[in-house]
Amino acid sequence: MSDDTAVALDGAGLPLIHARGLTKRFGAFIAVDAVDFDVQKGESFGFLGPNGAGKTTAMRMIGGVSPVSEGTLRVLGLDPATHGPQIRARLGVVPQQDSLDTELTVRENLVIYGRYFGLPRDECKRRADELLEFVQLSERANDQVDPLSGGMKRRLTIARSLINEPDLMLLDEPTTGLDPQARHLLWDRLYRLKQKGTTLVLTTHYMDEAEQLCDRLVVMDKAKIVAEGSPRALIAQHSTKEVTELRFPVGIQETLDGKLDGLAERIEWLPDRVLLYANDGEAVSVAVHERGLRPETTMVRRSTLEDVFLRLTGRTLIE
Amino acid sequence: MSGLPAAVLGRVAPQLAFGSRRAGRLIERNIYVYRRSWIIIFSGFFEPIFYLLGIGIGLGRLVGDVAGPGGAPISYTLFVAPALLASAAMNGAILEATFNFFFKLRWQKTFDAILSTPMAVADVAIGELGWALIRGGLYAIAFTIVIVPFGLVTTPLALLAIPAALLIGFAFGALAMAATTFMRTWQDFDLIQMIILPLFLFSGTFFPLETYPEPLRILVQLTPLYHGVDLIRSLIVGVLSPVLLVHVAYLTVMGLIGLVVVSRRLDKLLRT
Repeated sequence: MSDDTAVALDGAGLPLIHARGLTKRFGAFIAVDAVDFDVQKGESFGFLGPNGAGKTTAMRMIGGVSPVSEGTLRVLGLDPATHGPQIRARLGVVPQQDSLDTELTVRENLVIYGRYFGLPRDECKRRADELLEFVQLSERANDQVDPLSGGMKRRLTIARSLINEPDLMLLDEPTTGLDPQARHLLWDRLYRLKQKGTTLVLTTHYMDEAEQLCDRLVVMDKAKIVAEGSPRALIAQHSTKEVTELRFPVGIQETLDGKLDGLAERIEWLPDRVLLYANDGEAVSVAVHERGLRPETTMVRRSTLEDVFLRLTGRTLIE
Repeated sequence: MSGLPAAVLGRVAPQLAFGSRRAGRLIERNIYVYRRSWIIIFSGFFEPIFYLLGIGIGLGRLVGDVAGPGGAPISYTLFVAPALLASAAMNGAILEATFNFFFKLRWQKTFDAILSTPMAVADVAIGELGWALIRGGLYAIAFTIVIVPFGLVTTPLALLAIPAALLIGFAFGALAMAATTFMRTWQDFDLIQMIILPLFLFSGTFFPLETYPEPLRILVQLTPLYHGVDLIRSLIVGVLSPVLLVHVAYLTVMGLIGLVVVSRRLDKLLRT
Protein backbone atom coordinates (compact mmCIF):
# COMPACT_ATOMS: atom_id res chain seq x y z
CA MET A 1 0.00 0.00 0.00
CA SER A 2 2.65 2.49 1.05
CA ASP A 3 4.70 1.44 -1.98
CA ASP A 4 1.87 2.48 -4.32
CA THR A 5 1.72 5.86 -2.69
CA ALA A 6 5.45 6.41 -2.83
CA VAL A 7 5.53 5.66 -6.54
CA ALA A 8 2.58 7.95 -7.17
CA LEU A 9 4.15 10.87 -5.40
CA ASP A 10 7.74 10.51 -6.40
CA GLY A 11 7.14 9.47 -10.02
CA ALA A 12 8.19 12.45 -12.09
CA GLY A 13 5.38 14.36 -13.77
CA LEU A 14 2.57 12.20 -12.44
CA PRO A 15 -0.34 14.46 -11.53
CA LEU A 16 -1.66 14.55 -7.98
CA ILE A 17 -5.18 14.36 -9.34
CA HIS A 18 -6.02 12.76 -12.66
CA ALA A 19 -9.60 12.71 -13.96
CA ARG A 20 -10.87 11.43 -17.30
CA GLY A 21 -14.54 11.26 -18.19
CA LEU A 22 -15.31 11.76 -14.49
CA THR A 23 -19.06 11.52 -14.03
CA LYS A 24 -21.44 11.64 -11.07
CA ARG A 25 -25.10 10.79 -11.34
CA PHE A 26 -27.78 11.05 -8.68
CA GLY A 27 -30.57 8.99 -10.20
CA ALA A 28 -31.41 10.66 -13.49
CA PHE A 29 -29.65 13.90 -12.51
CA ILE A 30 -26.10 14.35 -13.78
CA ALA A 31 -24.10 16.48 -11.32
CA VAL A 32 -20.72 16.10 -13.03
CA ASP A 33 -20.71 15.20 -16.70
CA ALA A 34 -17.60 13.50 -18.12
CA VAL A 35 -15.01 16.08 -17.06
CA ASP A 36 -11.25 15.78 -17.68
CA PHE A 37 -8.64 17.57 -15.63
CA ASP A 38 -5.22 17.12 -14.01
CA VAL A 39 -3.73 18.83 -10.99
CA GLN A 40 0.05 18.90 -10.65
CA LYS A 41 2.04 18.84 -7.44
CA GLY A 42 2.51 22.28 -5.90
CA GLU A 43 -0.16 23.80 -8.09
CA SER A 44 -3.06 25.90 -6.92
CA PHE A 45 -6.07 24.80 -8.90
CA GLY A 46 -9.61 26.18 -8.90
CA PHE A 47 -13.10 25.18 -9.91
CA LEU A 48 -14.96 28.37 -10.78
CA GLY A 49 -18.67 28.31 -11.41
CA PRO A 50 -22.10 29.26 -10.12
CA ASN A 51 -23.96 27.31 -7.43
CA GLY A 52 -25.11 23.95 -8.72
CA ALA A 53 -22.44 23.70 -11.42
CA GLY A 54 -21.03 20.49 -9.93
CA LYS A 55 -17.97 21.91 -8.14
CA THR A 56 -18.77 20.48 -4.71
CA THR A 57 -19.63 17.08 -6.13
CA ALA A 58 -16.30 17.00 -7.96
CA MET A 59 -14.53 17.89 -4.71
CA ARG A 60 -16.37 15.20 -2.80
CA MET A 61 -15.33 12.59 -5.34
CA ILE A 62 -11.71 13.72 -5.06
CA GLY A 63 -12.03 13.59 -1.28
CA GLY A 64 -13.14 9.98 -1.43
CA VAL A 65 -16.50 10.57 0.24
CA SER A 66 -18.62 10.32 -2.91
CA PRO A 67 -18.35 7.23 -5.11
CA VAL A 68 -17.54 7.89 -8.78
CA SER A 69 -20.42 6.93 -11.12
CA GLU A 70 -18.29 6.63 -14.23
CA GLY A 71 -14.87 7.49 -15.61
CA THR A 72 -11.38 7.42 -14.16
CA LEU A 73 -10.22 9.23 -11.06
CA ARG A 74 -6.79 8.93 -9.44
CA VAL A 75 -5.88 10.93 -6.37
CA LEU A 76 -2.24 10.77 -5.27
CA GLY A 77 -1.98 7.99 -7.84
CA LEU A 78 -4.61 5.88 -6.07
CA ASP A 79 -8.19 4.93 -6.84
CA PRO A 80 -10.62 6.38 -4.26
CA ALA A 81 -12.89 3.36 -4.71
CA THR A 82 -10.26 0.96 -3.38
CA HIS A 83 -7.85 3.16 -1.41
CA GLY A 84 -10.19 5.67 0.25
CA PRO A 85 -8.58 5.60 3.72
CA GLN A 86 -5.02 5.79 2.27
CA ILE A 87 -5.97 8.81 0.16
CA ARG A 88 -7.87 10.57 2.92
CA ALA A 89 -4.90 10.12 5.25
CA ARG A 90 -2.98 12.60 3.05
CA LEU A 91 -5.77 15.07 2.31
CA GLY A 92 -6.78 18.22 4.15
CA VAL A 93 -10.45 18.93 3.62
CA VAL A 94 -12.26 22.21 4.26
CA PRO A 95 -15.94 21.55 3.56
CA GLN A 96 -18.35 24.21 2.37
CA GLN A 97 -20.36 23.99 5.58
CA ASP A 98 -18.33 24.22 8.79
CA SER A 99 -18.53 20.87 10.52
CA LEU A 100 -16.65 21.75 13.69
CA ASP A 101 -17.43 19.73 16.78
CA THR A 102 -19.46 22.11 18.95
CA GLU A 103 -19.22 19.75 21.92
CA LEU A 104 -15.44 20.25 22.04
CA THR A 105 -13.25 23.28 22.67
CA VAL A 106 -11.24 24.96 19.92
CA ARG A 107 -8.06 23.08 20.81
CA GLU A 108 -9.85 19.76 21.39
CA ASN A 109 -11.30 20.03 17.90
CA LEU A 110 -7.78 19.87 16.51
CA VAL A 111 -6.46 17.23 18.90
CA ILE A 112 -9.36 14.83 18.35
CA TYR A 113 -9.25 15.36 14.59
CA GLY A 114 -5.59 14.40 14.66
CA ARG A 115 -6.55 11.27 16.57
CA TYR A 116 -8.94 10.31 13.76
CA PHE A 117 -5.82 10.20 11.58
CA GLY A 118 -4.19 7.89 14.07
CA LEU A 119 -1.56 10.40 15.22
CA PRO A 120 -0.15 9.95 18.72
CA ARG A 121 -1.84 12.10 21.35
CA ASP A 122 1.25 14.17 22.20
CA GLU A 123 1.92 14.87 18.55
CA CYS A 124 -1.70 15.99 18.10
CA LYS A 125 -1.34 18.42 20.99
CA ARG A 126 1.93 19.81 19.67
CA ARG A 127 0.52 20.33 16.19
CA ALA A 128 -2.73 21.77 17.56
CA ASP A 129 -0.83 24.53 19.38
CA GLU A 130 1.28 25.24 16.31
CA LEU A 131 -1.74 25.45 14.04
CA LEU A 132 -3.69 27.67 16.42
CA GLU A 133 -0.74 30.01 16.25
CA PHE A 134 -0.77 29.85 12.44
CA VAL A 135 -4.46 30.76 12.17
CA GLN A 136 -4.22 33.31 15.01
CA LEU A 137 -6.56 31.54 17.39
CA SER A 138 -4.18 30.73 20.26
CA GLU A 139 -6.06 33.09 22.55
CA ARG A 140 -9.27 31.15 22.01
CA ALA A 141 -7.75 27.68 22.46
CA ASN A 142 -9.87 26.71 25.45
CA ASP A 143 -13.08 28.40 24.34
CA GLN A 144 -16.16 26.70 22.99
CA VAL A 145 -16.59 26.75 19.23
CA ASP A 146 -20.09 28.18 19.00
CA PRO A 147 -19.36 31.78 20.04
CA LEU A 148 -16.56 32.15 17.45
CA SER A 149 -17.19 34.47 14.50
CA GLY A 150 -17.68 33.06 11.01
CA GLY A 151 -14.12 33.98 10.04
CA MET A 152 -12.67 32.35 13.15
CA LYS A 153 -14.63 29.16 12.55
CA ARG A 154 -13.34 29.08 9.00
CA ARG A 155 -9.76 29.55 10.20
CA LEU A 156 -10.25 26.79 12.75
CA THR A 157 -11.59 24.52 10.02
CA ILE A 158 -8.49 25.26 7.96
CA ALA A 159 -6.25 24.55 10.95
CA ARG A 160 -8.13 21.29 11.46
CA SER A 161 -7.57 20.29 7.85
CA LEU A 162 -3.81 20.80 8.34
CA ILE A 163 -3.45 18.56 11.40
CA ASN A 164 -2.25 15.61 9.29
CA GLU A 165 0.21 17.77 7.32
CA PRO A 166 -1.63 17.02 4.05
CA ASP A 167 -0.04 16.75 0.61
CA LEU A 168 -3.21 18.05 -0.96
CA MET A 169 -5.79 20.49 0.39
CA LEU A 170 -9.38 20.57 -0.82
CA LEU A 171 -11.16 23.83 -0.02
CA ASP A 172 -14.83 24.11 -0.90
CA GLU A 173 -15.80 27.79 -1.07
CA PRO A 174 -13.33 28.75 1.65
CA THR A 175 -14.46 32.35 2.09
CA THR A 176 -18.15 32.35 1.18
CA GLY A 177 -20.13 34.42 3.66
CA LEU A 178 -17.13 36.12 5.27
CA ASP A 179 -16.58 39.85 5.59
CA PRO A 180 -13.74 41.41 3.54
CA GLN A 181 -11.24 41.53 6.42
CA ALA A 182 -11.81 37.89 7.31
CA ARG A 183 -11.44 36.94 3.65
CA HIS A 184 -8.12 38.72 3.29
CA LEU A 185 -6.73 37.08 6.42
CA LEU A 186 -7.79 33.70 5.08
CA TRP A 187 -6.32 34.37 1.66
CA ASP A 188 -3.06 35.33 3.32
CA ARG A 189 -2.93 32.03 5.25
CA LEU A 190 -3.73 30.04 2.11
CA TYR A 191 -1.10 31.95 0.19
CA ARG A 192 1.49 31.01 2.82
CA LEU A 193 0.56 27.35 2.47
CA LYS A 194 0.93 27.65 -1.29
CA GLN A 195 4.37 29.22 -0.79
CA LYS A 196 5.36 26.24 1.32
CA GLY A 197 4.49 23.98 -1.61
CA THR A 198 1.14 22.63 -0.48
CA THR A 199 -1.09 21.75 -3.43
CA LEU A 200 -4.40 23.59 -3.16
CA VAL A 201 -7.63 22.71 -4.94
CA LEU A 202 -10.49 25.07 -4.30
CA THR A 203 -13.95 25.88 -5.52
CA THR A 204 -15.33 29.38 -5.58
CA HIS A 205 -17.89 31.56 -7.23
CA TYR A 206 -15.85 34.64 -6.48
CA MET A 207 -13.70 35.69 -9.39
CA ASP A 208 -11.43 37.81 -7.19
CA GLU A 209 -10.74 34.76 -5.04
CA ALA A 210 -9.93 32.69 -8.11
CA GLU A 211 -7.64 35.46 -9.41
CA GLN A 212 -5.92 35.79 -6.04
CA LEU A 213 -5.32 32.13 -5.33
CA CYS A 214 -5.39 30.04 -8.49
CA ASP A 215 -2.48 29.34 -10.83
CA ARG A 216 -4.88 27.54 -13.09
CA LEU A 217 -8.59 26.96 -13.08
CA VAL A 218 -11.46 25.35 -14.88
CA VAL A 219 -14.77 27.12 -15.40
CA MET A 220 -17.70 24.80 -14.71
CA ASP A 221 -21.26 25.30 -15.85
CA LYS A 222 -24.12 22.80 -15.79
CA ALA A 223 -21.94 19.84 -14.83
CA LYS A 224 -19.38 20.45 -17.58
CA ILE A 225 -16.02 22.17 -17.86
CA VAL A 226 -16.42 25.03 -20.33
CA ALA A 227 -12.92 26.51 -20.21
CA GLU A 228 -9.53 25.89 -18.67
CA GLY A 229 -6.37 27.93 -18.16
CA SER A 230 -4.64 30.48 -15.94
CA PRO A 231 -6.82 33.44 -14.95
CA ARG A 232 -4.79 35.72 -17.22
CA ALA A 233 -4.89 33.34 -20.19
CA LEU A 234 -8.64 32.84 -19.82
CA ILE A 235 -9.20 36.58 -19.83
CA ALA A 236 -6.93 37.06 -22.84
CA GLN A 237 -8.63 34.25 -24.70
CA HIS A 238 -12.27 34.96 -23.92
CA SER A 239 -12.45 38.67 -23.21
CA THR A 240 -10.98 42.01 -24.23
CA LYS A 241 -8.40 43.93 -22.20
CA GLU A 242 -10.91 46.44 -20.86
CA VAL A 243 -14.62 46.80 -20.25
CA THR A 244 -16.73 49.94 -20.23
CA GLU A 245 -19.77 49.65 -17.98
CA LEU A 246 -22.65 52.00 -18.70
CA ARG A 247 -25.58 52.48 -16.36
CA PHE A 248 -28.52 54.45 -17.74
CA PRO A 249 -31.43 56.04 -15.89
CA VAL A 250 -34.38 53.68 -15.39
CA GLY A 251 -36.27 53.04 -18.61
CA ILE A 252 -33.59 54.42 -20.95
CA GLN A 253 -31.62 51.22 -21.55
CA GLU A 254 -34.62 49.65 -23.32
CA THR A 255 -34.68 52.52 -25.86
CA LEU A 256 -31.05 52.18 -26.93
CA ASP A 257 -31.73 49.59 -29.62
CA GLY A 258 -28.89 49.82 -32.15
CA LYS A 259 -27.47 53.05 -30.81
CA LEU A 260 -24.36 51.39 -29.37
CA ASP A 261 -23.61 49.28 -32.46
CA GLY A 262 -20.03 49.33 -33.64
CA LEU A 263 -18.66 50.93 -30.47
CA ALA A 264 -17.08 47.75 -29.11
CA GLU A 265 -15.97 44.27 -30.12
CA ARG A 266 -18.84 42.81 -28.15
CA ILE A 267 -21.76 44.15 -26.10
CA GLU A 268 -23.47 42.40 -23.17
CA TRP A 269 -26.87 43.64 -22.02
CA LEU A 270 -27.44 42.97 -18.31
CA PRO A 271 -30.71 43.91 -16.59
CA ASP A 272 -29.14 46.93 -14.88
CA ARG A 273 -26.25 47.91 -17.14
CA VAL A 274 -24.55 47.51 -20.50
CA LEU A 275 -21.01 46.11 -20.84
CA LEU A 276 -18.92 47.14 -23.83
CA TYR A 277 -15.85 45.00 -24.46
CA ALA A 278 -12.91 46.70 -26.14
CA ASN A 279 -9.17 47.02 -25.67
CA ASP A 280 -9.38 50.78 -25.06
CA GLY A 281 -12.21 51.46 -22.66
CA GLU A 282 -11.61 55.22 -22.45
CA ALA A 283 -12.01 55.56 -26.20
CA VAL A 284 -15.33 53.72 -25.98
CA SER A 285 -16.69 56.02 -23.29
CA VAL A 286 -15.67 59.08 -25.33
CA ALA A 287 -17.41 57.60 -28.39
CA VAL A 288 -20.57 56.97 -26.35
CA HIS A 289 -20.74 60.62 -25.38
CA GLU A 290 -20.01 61.71 -28.93
CA ARG A 291 -23.16 59.85 -30.01
CA GLY A 292 -25.12 62.04 -27.62
CA LEU A 293 -25.83 59.30 -25.11
CA ARG A 294 -25.78 60.33 -21.42
CA PRO A 295 -25.36 57.33 -19.11
CA GLU A 296 -25.85 57.99 -15.40
CA THR A 297 -22.49 56.39 -14.62
CA THR A 298 -19.62 55.26 -16.80
CA MET A 299 -16.89 52.99 -15.49
CA VAL A 300 -13.87 51.68 -17.33
CA ARG A 301 -12.22 48.60 -15.79
CA ARG A 302 -10.01 45.67 -16.68
CA SER A 303 -11.63 42.41 -17.76
CA THR A 304 -12.11 39.84 -15.01
CA LEU A 305 -13.05 36.19 -14.84
CA GLU A 306 -16.63 37.33 -14.40
CA ASP A 307 -16.51 38.60 -17.98
CA VAL A 308 -15.07 35.29 -19.12
CA PHE A 309 -17.89 33.49 -17.42
CA LEU A 310 -20.49 35.83 -18.88
CA ARG A 311 -19.04 35.29 -22.32
CA LEU A 312 -19.02 31.51 -21.99
CA THR A 313 -22.42 31.02 -20.39
CA GLY A 314 -24.38 34.21 -20.98
CA ARG A 315 -24.94 34.50 -17.24
CA THR A 316 -23.26 36.14 -14.27
CA LEU A 317 -21.55 34.00 -11.63
CA ILE A 318 -23.63 34.86 -8.60
CA GLU A 319 -27.30 34.64 -9.38
CA MET B 1 -33.10 -17.84 8.90
CA SER B 2 -29.70 -19.43 9.37
CA GLY B 3 -28.38 -17.66 6.26
CA LEU B 4 -29.07 -14.18 7.57
CA PRO B 5 -27.04 -14.22 10.79
CA ALA B 6 -24.20 -15.85 8.87
CA ALA B 7 -24.23 -13.10 6.25
CA VAL B 8 -24.48 -10.50 8.98
CA LEU B 9 -21.55 -11.99 10.84
CA GLY B 10 -19.47 -12.21 7.68
CA ARG B 11 -19.93 -8.52 7.10
CA VAL B 12 -19.52 -7.24 10.60
CA ALA B 13 -16.98 -9.59 12.16
CA PRO B 14 -13.96 -8.39 10.15
CA GLN B 15 -14.86 -4.81 10.93
CA LEU B 16 -15.23 -5.60 14.60
CA ALA B 17 -11.80 -7.17 14.52
CA PHE B 18 -9.90 -4.69 12.34
CA GLY B 19 -11.92 -1.52 12.69
CA SER B 20 -11.84 -1.53 16.46
CA ARG B 21 -8.76 0.63 16.81
CA ARG B 22 -10.12 3.37 14.62
CA ALA B 23 -13.56 3.08 16.22
CA GLY B 24 -11.82 3.62 19.55
CA ARG B 25 -10.90 7.15 18.49
CA LEU B 26 -14.56 8.06 18.31
CA ILE B 27 -14.97 6.73 21.84
CA GLU B 28 -12.05 8.96 22.84
CA ARG B 29 -13.94 11.92 21.36
CA ASN B 30 -16.99 11.10 23.45
CA ILE B 31 -14.89 10.81 26.60
CA TYR B 32 -13.55 14.32 25.88
CA VAL B 33 -17.12 15.59 25.61
CA TYR B 34 -18.32 13.94 28.81
CA ARG B 35 -15.25 14.94 30.79
CA ARG B 36 -16.88 18.33 31.10
CA SER B 37 -20.49 17.24 31.45
CA TRP B 38 -20.02 14.16 33.63
CA ILE B 39 -23.04 15.19 35.68
CA ILE B 40 -25.27 14.05 32.79
CA ILE B 41 -23.88 10.55 33.21
CA PHE B 42 -25.35 10.40 36.71
CA SER B 43 -28.96 10.71 35.56
CA GLY B 44 -28.91 7.23 34.09
CA PHE B 45 -27.42 5.90 37.28
CA PHE B 46 -30.13 7.19 39.62
CA GLU B 47 -33.18 6.26 37.57
CA PRO B 48 -33.15 2.50 38.23
CA ILE B 49 -32.27 3.10 41.87
CA PHE B 50 -35.30 5.34 42.35
CA TYR B 51 -37.50 2.68 40.77
CA LEU B 52 -35.92 0.05 43.02
CA LEU B 53 -36.65 2.09 46.15
CA GLY B 54 -40.13 3.17 45.08
CA ILE B 55 -41.55 0.10 43.44
CA GLY B 56 -39.29 -2.79 44.42
CA ILE B 57 -39.10 -2.02 48.12
CA GLY B 58 -42.13 0.24 48.63
CA LEU B 59 -44.63 -1.78 46.64
CA GLY B 60 -42.83 -5.02 47.50
CA ARG B 61 -44.04 -4.82 51.13
CA LEU B 62 -47.64 -5.06 49.91
CA VAL B 63 -47.00 -7.74 47.31
CA GLY B 64 -44.95 -10.27 49.22
CA ASP B 65 -43.30 -13.15 47.38
CA VAL B 66 -43.78 -14.00 43.70
CA ALA B 67 -42.73 -16.97 41.58
CA GLY B 68 -39.16 -16.51 40.36
CA PRO B 69 -37.31 -18.19 37.50
CA GLY B 70 -37.62 -21.96 37.90
CA GLY B 71 -40.85 -21.50 39.90
CA ALA B 72 -39.47 -21.09 43.44
CA PRO B 73 -40.89 -18.06 45.28
CA ILE B 74 -38.63 -15.00 45.64
CA SER B 75 -39.13 -11.59 47.24
CA TYR B 76 -40.73 -8.97 45.04
CA THR B 77 -37.65 -6.77 45.40
CA LEU B 78 -35.48 -9.55 44.03
CA PHE B 79 -38.02 -10.01 41.26
CA VAL B 80 -37.98 -6.37 40.20
CA ALA B 81 -34.32 -5.42 40.67
CA PRO B 82 -32.94 -7.48 37.73
CA ALA B 83 -35.72 -6.17 35.47
CA LEU B 84 -34.74 -2.62 36.38
CA LEU B 85 -31.14 -3.38 35.48
CA ALA B 86 -32.25 -4.77 32.12
CA SER B 87 -34.50 -1.75 31.48
CA ALA B 88 -31.76 0.68 32.49
CA ALA B 89 -29.38 -1.02 30.04
CA MET B 90 -32.01 -0.63 27.32
CA ASN B 91 -32.79 2.99 28.18
CA GLY B 92 -29.17 4.07 28.47
CA ALA B 93 -28.24 2.63 25.10
CA ILE B 94 -31.33 4.02 23.39
CA LEU B 95 -30.76 7.48 24.81
CA GLU B 96 -27.23 7.57 23.41
CA ALA B 97 -28.27 5.94 20.12
CA THR B 98 -31.17 8.27 19.41
CA PHE B 99 -30.86 11.89 20.58
CA ASN B 100 -27.08 12.12 20.80
CA PHE B 101 -26.54 10.14 17.64
CA PHE B 102 -29.15 12.17 15.71
CA PHE B 103 -27.55 15.44 16.80
CA LYS B 104 -24.16 14.33 15.51
CA LEU B 105 -25.58 12.83 12.32
CA ARG B 106 -28.03 15.51 11.16
CA TRP B 107 -27.26 18.71 12.99
CA GLN B 108 -23.63 19.00 13.78
CA LYS B 109 -22.39 17.01 10.77
CA THR B 110 -19.83 15.42 13.07
CA PHE B 111 -19.70 12.28 10.96
CA ASP B 112 -19.24 14.16 7.69
CA ALA B 113 -16.09 15.67 9.16
CA ILE B 114 -14.94 12.31 10.50
CA LEU B 115 -15.39 10.58 7.14
CA SER B 116 -12.95 13.05 5.57
CA THR B 117 -10.28 11.28 7.61
CA PRO B 118 -9.17 7.65 7.21
CA MET B 119 -12.09 6.65 9.46
CA ALA B 120 -14.73 4.54 7.69
CA VAL B 121 -18.48 4.33 8.09
CA ALA B 122 -18.20 1.08 10.06
CA ASP B 123 -15.77 2.78 12.47
CA VAL B 124 -18.41 5.42 13.14
CA ALA B 125 -21.15 2.84 13.74
CA ILE B 126 -19.00 0.66 15.97
CA GLY B 127 -17.44 3.60 17.80
CA GLU B 128 -20.79 5.16 18.64
CA LEU B 129 -22.24 1.86 19.74
CA GLY B 130 -19.10 1.07 21.73
CA TRP B 131 -19.48 4.33 23.61
CA ALA B 132 -23.14 3.61 24.36
CA LEU B 133 -22.05 0.25 25.76
CA ILE B 134 -19.34 1.74 27.95
CA ARG B 135 -21.87 4.13 29.39
CA GLY B 136 -24.39 1.35 29.89
CA GLY B 137 -21.72 -0.90 31.41
CA LEU B 138 -20.88 1.71 34.04
CA TYR B 139 -24.55 1.88 35.04
CA ALA B 140 -24.79 -1.89 35.21
CA ILE B 141 -21.75 -2.15 37.48
CA ALA B 142 -23.01 0.64 39.72
CA PHE B 143 -26.48 -0.86 40.00
CA THR B 144 -25.14 -4.30 40.78
CA ILE B 145 -23.03 -2.84 43.58
CA VAL B 146 -26.00 -0.89 44.95
CA ILE B 147 -28.21 -3.95 45.26
CA VAL B 148 -25.63 -5.89 47.27
CA PRO B 149 -26.53 -4.23 50.63
CA PHE B 150 -30.19 -5.08 50.00
CA GLY B 151 -29.19 -8.72 50.18
CA LEU B 152 -30.19 -9.31 46.58
CA VAL B 153 -26.87 -10.73 45.42
CA THR B 154 -26.49 -14.26 46.71
CA THR B 155 -24.68 -16.09 43.91
CA PRO B 156 -21.49 -15.44 41.90
CA LEU B 157 -23.65 -15.96 38.79
CA ALA B 158 -24.98 -12.47 39.49
CA LEU B 159 -21.69 -11.08 38.16
CA LEU B 160 -22.74 -12.33 34.73
CA ALA B 161 -25.58 -9.83 34.89
CA ILE B 162 -23.06 -7.15 33.88
CA PRO B 163 -22.08 -8.67 30.51
CA ALA B 164 -25.74 -9.55 30.04
CA ALA B 165 -26.63 -5.89 30.53
CA LEU B 166 -24.00 -5.00 27.92
CA LEU B 167 -25.60 -7.46 25.52
CA ILE B 168 -28.98 -5.79 26.06
CA GLY B 169 -27.36 -2.40 25.45
CA PHE B 170 -25.76 -3.73 22.27
CA ALA B 171 -29.05 -5.12 20.93
CA PHE B 172 -31.17 -2.06 21.71
CA GLY B 173 -28.44 0.47 20.94
CA ALA B 174 -27.76 -0.96 17.49
CA LEU B 175 -31.43 -1.20 16.59
CA ALA B 176 -32.16 2.29 17.91
CA MET B 177 -29.23 3.71 15.92
CA ALA B 178 -30.60 2.00 12.82
CA ALA B 179 -34.02 3.56 13.50
CA THR B 180 -32.41 6.96 14.09
CA THR B 181 -30.89 6.95 10.61
CA PHE B 182 -34.45 7.03 9.26
CA MET B 183 -35.56 9.92 11.48
CA ARG B 184 -35.93 13.33 9.91
CA THR B 185 -37.07 15.56 12.77
CA TRP B 186 -36.88 15.53 16.55
CA GLN B 187 -40.62 14.80 16.63
CA ASP B 188 -40.04 11.42 15.04
CA PHE B 189 -38.50 10.29 18.31
CA ASP B 190 -41.91 10.29 19.99
CA LEU B 191 -42.43 7.05 18.12
CA ILE B 192 -39.49 5.45 19.89
CA GLN B 193 -40.83 6.60 23.25
CA MET B 194 -44.16 5.01 22.36
CA ILE B 195 -42.39 1.70 21.90
CA ILE B 196 -40.09 1.91 24.92
CA LEU B 197 -42.74 2.62 27.54
CA PRO B 198 -44.91 -0.48 26.95
CA LEU B 199 -41.74 -2.58 26.69
CA PHE B 200 -40.61 -1.19 30.05
CA LEU B 201 -43.99 -1.88 31.71
CA PHE B 202 -45.04 -5.21 30.22
CA SER B 203 -41.90 -7.28 29.55
CA GLY B 204 -42.31 -9.28 32.74
CA THR B 205 -40.71 -6.31 34.43
CA PHE B 206 -43.12 -5.60 37.27
CA PHE B 207 -45.31 -8.72 37.24
CA PRO B 208 -44.65 -12.31 36.24
CA LEU B 209 -45.43 -13.47 32.74
CA GLU B 210 -47.77 -16.13 34.09
CA THR B 211 -50.31 -13.47 35.03
CA TYR B 212 -50.97 -12.66 31.35
CA PRO B 213 -53.60 -14.47 29.25
CA GLU B 214 -52.07 -16.94 26.79
CA PRO B 215 -52.05 -14.81 23.55
CA LEU B 216 -50.55 -11.82 25.33
CA ARG B 217 -47.93 -14.00 26.94
CA ILE B 218 -46.78 -15.22 23.53
CA LEU B 219 -46.68 -11.65 22.26
CA VAL B 220 -44.53 -10.55 25.18
CA GLN B 221 -42.19 -13.49 24.65
CA LEU B 222 -41.57 -12.26 21.12
CA THR B 223 -40.46 -8.78 22.24
CA PRO B 224 -36.80 -8.11 23.00
CA LEU B 225 -36.82 -6.66 26.51
CA TYR B 226 -38.55 -9.79 27.83
CA HIS B 227 -35.49 -11.80 26.79
CA GLY B 228 -33.20 -9.32 28.51
CA VAL B 229 -35.26 -9.26 31.70
CA ASP B 230 -35.51 -13.03 31.97
CA LEU B 231 -31.80 -13.43 31.22
CA ILE B 232 -30.66 -11.04 33.94
CA ARG B 233 -33.25 -12.23 36.45
CA SER B 234 -32.17 -15.85 36.01
CA LEU B 235 -28.52 -14.89 36.48
CA ILE B 236 -29.08 -12.77 39.59
CA VAL B 237 -31.41 -15.32 41.19
CA GLY B 238 -28.96 -18.02 40.12
CA VAL B 239 -31.14 -20.35 38.06
CA LEU B 240 -29.53 -21.59 34.85
CA SER B 241 -31.54 -23.20 32.06
CA PRO B 242 -31.12 -23.81 28.31
CA VAL B 243 -33.65 -21.06 27.54
CA LEU B 244 -30.97 -18.51 28.52
CA LEU B 245 -29.14 -19.45 25.33
CA VAL B 246 -32.24 -18.48 23.36
CA HIS B 247 -32.22 -15.10 25.09
CA VAL B 248 -28.55 -14.57 24.26
CA ALA B 249 -29.05 -15.63 20.63
CA TYR B 250 -32.10 -13.39 20.21
CA LEU B 251 -30.29 -10.31 21.53
CA THR B 252 -27.10 -11.03 19.60
CA VAL B 253 -28.89 -11.38 16.28
CA MET B 254 -30.93 -8.26 16.98
CA GLY B 255 -27.76 -6.25 17.64
CA LEU B 256 -25.94 -7.54 14.57
CA ILE B 257 -28.88 -6.77 12.30
CA GLY B 258 -29.01 -3.28 13.77
CA LEU B 259 -25.28 -2.79 13.20
CA VAL B 260 -25.47 -3.85 9.54
CA VAL B 261 -28.46 -1.59 8.93
CA VAL B 262 -26.65 1.34 10.58
CA SER B 263 -23.54 0.81 8.46
CA ARG B 264 -25.56 0.62 5.26
CA ARG B 265 -27.69 3.61 6.10
CA LEU B 266 -24.69 5.73 7.12
CA ASP B 267 -23.03 4.78 3.86
CA LYS B 268 -26.12 5.91 1.97
CA LEU B 269 -26.58 9.12 3.95
CA LEU B 270 -22.98 10.27 4.26
CA ARG B 271 -21.18 8.90 1.22
CA THR B 272 -23.33 10.25 -1.60
